[in-house]
Amino acid sequence: MPYFLETQHNAIFSELGARSCGLVDVKSDRLFHCDCKLNKPELYFVLFRMKRTKLCDEEQEGVGGGGGGGGGGDGGCTSPGPLEQRKRLRGRDLDKDTQPKQDQHQELDPEQDESTPNWGLLPQEILLQIFQYLPLLDRAFASQVCRSWNQTFHMPELWRCFEFELNQPASSYLKATHPDLIKQIIKRHSNHLQFVSFKVDSSTESAEAACDILSQLVNCSLKTLGLISTARPSFMELPKSHFISALTVVFVNSKSLSSLKIDDTPVDDPSLKVLVANNSDTLKLLKMSSCPHVSPAGILCVADQCHGLRELALNYHLLSDELLLALSSEKHVHLEHLRIDVVSENPGQQFHTIKKSSWDAMVRHSPKFNLVMYFFLYEDEFGPFFRDEIPVTHLYFGRSVSKDVLGRVGLHCPRLVELVVCANGLRPLDEELIRIADRCKNLTAIGLGECEVSCSAFVEFVKMCGRRLSQLSIMEEVLVPDHKYELDDIHWEVSKHLGRVWFPDMMPTW
Amino acid sequence: MVVNSVHWFRKGLRLHDNPALQEALNGADTVRCVYILDPWFAGSANVGVNRWRFLLESLEDLDTSLRKLNSRLFVVRGQPTDVFPRLFKEWHITRLTFEYDSEPYGKERDGAIIKMAQEFGVETMVQNSHTLFNLDKIIEMNNNRPPLTFKRFQAIVSRLELPKKPLPTITPEQMDSCRIKIADNHDEHYSVPSLEELGFKNVSQADAVWKGGETEALERLNKHLDRKAWVANFERPRINMMSLLASPTGLSPYLRFGCLSCRVFYYNLRELYLQLRKRCSPPLSLYGQLLWREFFYTAATNNPNFDRMESNPICVQIPWDHNPEALAKWAEGRTGFPWIDAIMTQLRQEGWIHHLARHAVACFLTRGDLWISWECGMKVFEELLLDADWSVNAGSWMWLSCSAFFQQFFHCYCPVGFGRRTDPSGDYIRRYIPKLKDYPNRYIYEPWNAPESVQKAANCVVGVDYPKPMINHAESSRLNIERMKQVYQQLSHYRGLSLLASVPTIQEEVEPSLSDDSQASGSSTTGAMLKCQRTTTTTMVTTEATPTVVTSSAATTAIAAPATVMRPAVSAQPQRKRGWPTELQSTQGCSQSKVQHISKSSTSQE
Repeated sequence: MPYFLETQHNAIFSELGARSCGLVDVKSDRLFHCDCKLNKPELYFVLFRMKRTKLCDEEQEGVGGGGGGGGGGDGGCTSPGPLEQRKRLRGRDLDKDTQPKQDQHQELDPEQDESTPNWGLLPQEILLQIFQYLPLLDRAFASQVCRSWNQTFHMPELWRCFEFELNQPASSYLKATHPDLIKQIIKRHSNHLQFVSFKVDSSTESAEAACDILSQLVNCSLKTLGLISTARPSFMELPKSHFISALTVVFVNSKSLSSLKIDDTPVDDPSLKVLVANNSDTLKLLKMSSCPHVSPAGILCVADQCHGLRELALNYHLLSDELLLALSSEKHVHLEHLRIDVVSENPGQQFHTIKKSSWDAMVRHSPKFNLVMYFFLYEDEFGPFFRDEIPVTHLYFGRSVSKDVLGRVGLHCPRLVELVVCANGLRPLDEELIRIADRCKNLTAIGLGECEVSCSAFVEFVKMCGRRLSQLSIMEEVLVPDHKYELDDIHWEVSKHLGRVWFPDMMPTW
Repeated sequence: MVVNSVHWFRKGLRLHDNPALQEALNGADTVRCVYILDPWFAGSANVGVNRWRFLLESLEDLDTSLRKLNSRLFVVRGQPTDVFPRLFKEWHITRLTFEYDSEPYGKERDGAIIKMAQEFGVETMVQNSHTLFNLDKIIEMNNNRPPLTFKRFQAIVSRLELPKKPLPTITPEQMDSCRIKIADNHDEHYSVPSLEELGFKNVSQADAVWKGGETEALERLNKHLDRKAWVANFERPRINMMSLLASPTGLSPYLRFGCLSCRVFYYNLRELYLQLRKRCSPPLSLYGQLLWREFFYTAATNNPNFDRMESNPICVQIPWDHNPEALAKWAEGRTGFPWIDAIMTQLRQEGWIHHLARHAVACFLTRGDLWISWECGMKVFEELLLDADWSVNAGSWMWLSCSAFFQQFFHCYCPVGFGRRTDPSGDYIRRYIPKLKDYPNRYIYEPWNAPESVQKAANCVVGVDYPKPMINHAESSRLNIERMKQVYQQLSHYRGLSLLASVPTIQEEVEPSLSDDSQASGSSTTGAMLKCQRTTTTTMVTTEATPTVVTSSAATTAIAAPATVMRPAVSAQPQRKRGWPTELQSTQGCSQSKVQHISKSSTSQE
């Protein structure tokens, strides 16, 4: 019923109003585009009702029969408020007779007689809005309904963001983006693409296919590009030159690339130079963990030139004093996030040290920056780490780490926010934890795997940290009962100090 | 009226605490105990020789016990749907009894048989005795959904009455009143088959570590209780080398086949505890193993897709790798990691491994190292593991691969360190991989790191006599933790830097909230099991795209839709909402929350 429809549209309008973004214009608001979805059932409901409801009274206020299909596209850059929009819709109603004949889509509903409004005439702005909430497959179905819905399907707004899923049936459980769809996108929509990611499974064919698409993205201007290996990294298995030439196509053609995720790829120094030459003003995020062909000099060149870089992820071997100094130069914006993976390639590897003065410079320049470090080292490789104060905020120890190192963490990591220890030896970590609680005043999250802590020390630790511990994930096996606490009492004691119900994590004893 | 009963054994291979069998005997003129088995399918079915042997031994034991009661076990060859019409007619059956099977496949099969029995005018009596509790009751008490956290499950169980008391074993007197004449050619038609008949050639009998059957089960139960009484300690035992080996007091295979009644086990434990501790009621942790089993049965009973990722509403969709070659290395104990290989060898040889060993190999196969689907591992366990029940096996695999039940995924067992920590001597390795027996302790968990001279001295050169490690653990765990984080961030819609916060919080109401608690209390609606109580610790201003709009496959959308029941915000701080697959939700309450979430998380964008 018309009343119903009006309320639905009002709901959509107020939704949009609440988010202070334009009705049609999504260019400026990526998140809206990406993350914000109406509830799916609601949308289906709207669509369903739109197809089924017949309006009897065209004079009804609000949304009437609607204008022609093609008219909405130019509204793309304006952001009319709800009221204005509704006026416009009514205006269209009056203009209805002037609409070209072919926009009266008879195929929509053969039962419809001339006097009932045609749902194919739903304003494209609204249709577009609805389409944005629908998954691609549903949009594709909807595009079969009538010509105007099909036109809407192809509107640039709907093709700014795309995730290519490249999977082979033999190597993945997931469905892949259909090759015909890929062809169609390259043919009709490649110039609309802005936020693109490739999810690639473990097969080399998939990585090949991704490169093939990349090298065809010549007449577009990407803002973000992500190459994501969902299983074993397959880009690494491609001939390096092949990968590089595909990637540089994007670098050269897309002049305003701001975000680039190329972890686990064979990207190299010369290709980073191309990136810098074309995108140095716009680049804000660069993630390149485990890119073995990049040298410290290569990444230094990026840091020197790209002054807008705010987030960076790389492996420890690329980290140098020079890099930190470059990132903290006056020309450089504040760094927000630095992610370092420390992975040992062969046991007993010697790691270089970073001077305290370089970290100090970094903190002076970007006082709020987060330093996230993931360690995957053998116990005896920690020698150079945590000898001096380090501004690390998030620490993850992926394999066994010694009591000694954790003791040093307590001494030298005053900015620590999160600590995750997957494994430790068989000696309780009591003093280490207490020291961390004492010295790391920002600590809000801790996770312990194969470690041991006496129940009393653990309770003391929680008491010292109190309610700021928003994440507390402790395997049940970690807690060693002692004279003061049995396992059954500890959850109560800890809950009391945390101010919320807490239990240790359990694993099935099956 | 004449009552001719058939009791159909499936699981529940015992005469003690067997309520369905008691029903069969109750006022009957004749009773026949049957087991139906199709030798044609035996060889092709995905069940290993150890499991078959255990089953056949259990049947033998049952037959022996029935002989003592002047009866016999009828092992009928064929499929139930073909066999029963014949038996109904031949034996003039009026009553069919069997133990309730809670698993979806079993329920379907039994439904068909009950219908068929009706057509033949045969009354059917079904009794629950494979689980402690009525699973449907648990689900009902949890607002008609199975509890998805163990804590929640425990909370519900603690509100239930104690399980039904076990029934005594069948007496000769009971059997006498409904005795049948056993034909002279009984063995010709109805004997317990041999492994050879099932198509297993050249099986040496000496291998079997676990002997099937009720008699053995009850002996073990006594030893188990004696040991507990002797240790007088009901705490979780610390694991060491000895706990890794098959123990003469281990009971799990016997519970799986129903050679031992779980209720008998439950009540024996309880009495022992009350005797020794003289305290009030025993804690739930006393029944740990039994309750885990119950938990997984409850989770699976209404979910026919419980054993797969696709179309399984509780399973997180993870882009696992297909890699048959790597899977075979794992399954056959050729990974090059002695700890993993020893466990898989023990599993293949003996049919049982310690639960921590299960954690180690399951983690290695899935989220830890190989990134292979838990379904593949589950199938291997199904073949080899004596105590692998469909529900418990699938449930545990989902748990260990962090595919369901919302586990923290940060903890990944190291294939070197975990073993070393458990058994520093390496004797466990030497026992199952004799090739490595001469390695010094220092290198036995990582032989590839031993200097060549050491390898030669030990007569086992890595790459020649023993495989090289199939994967670089450090590198793969780096990749995998990142992937898990991606998957979970999509679920929780959390975009910050915290690893721990990527896991969606579900606080199923575990117990009444603390009195001084301002944060976790007050989930008001009856169905509101989800409390989102976390406030953001780090708001990450991210410049990266979050490319989830246009997904061309259904897989991601299935998990991407969040819906949580929100409490009113308690403070001015931004509240982070936690996602939870829609399917897990009641339909009310999912509509509004998402929209709010959006408006909040979009603020920090450029």
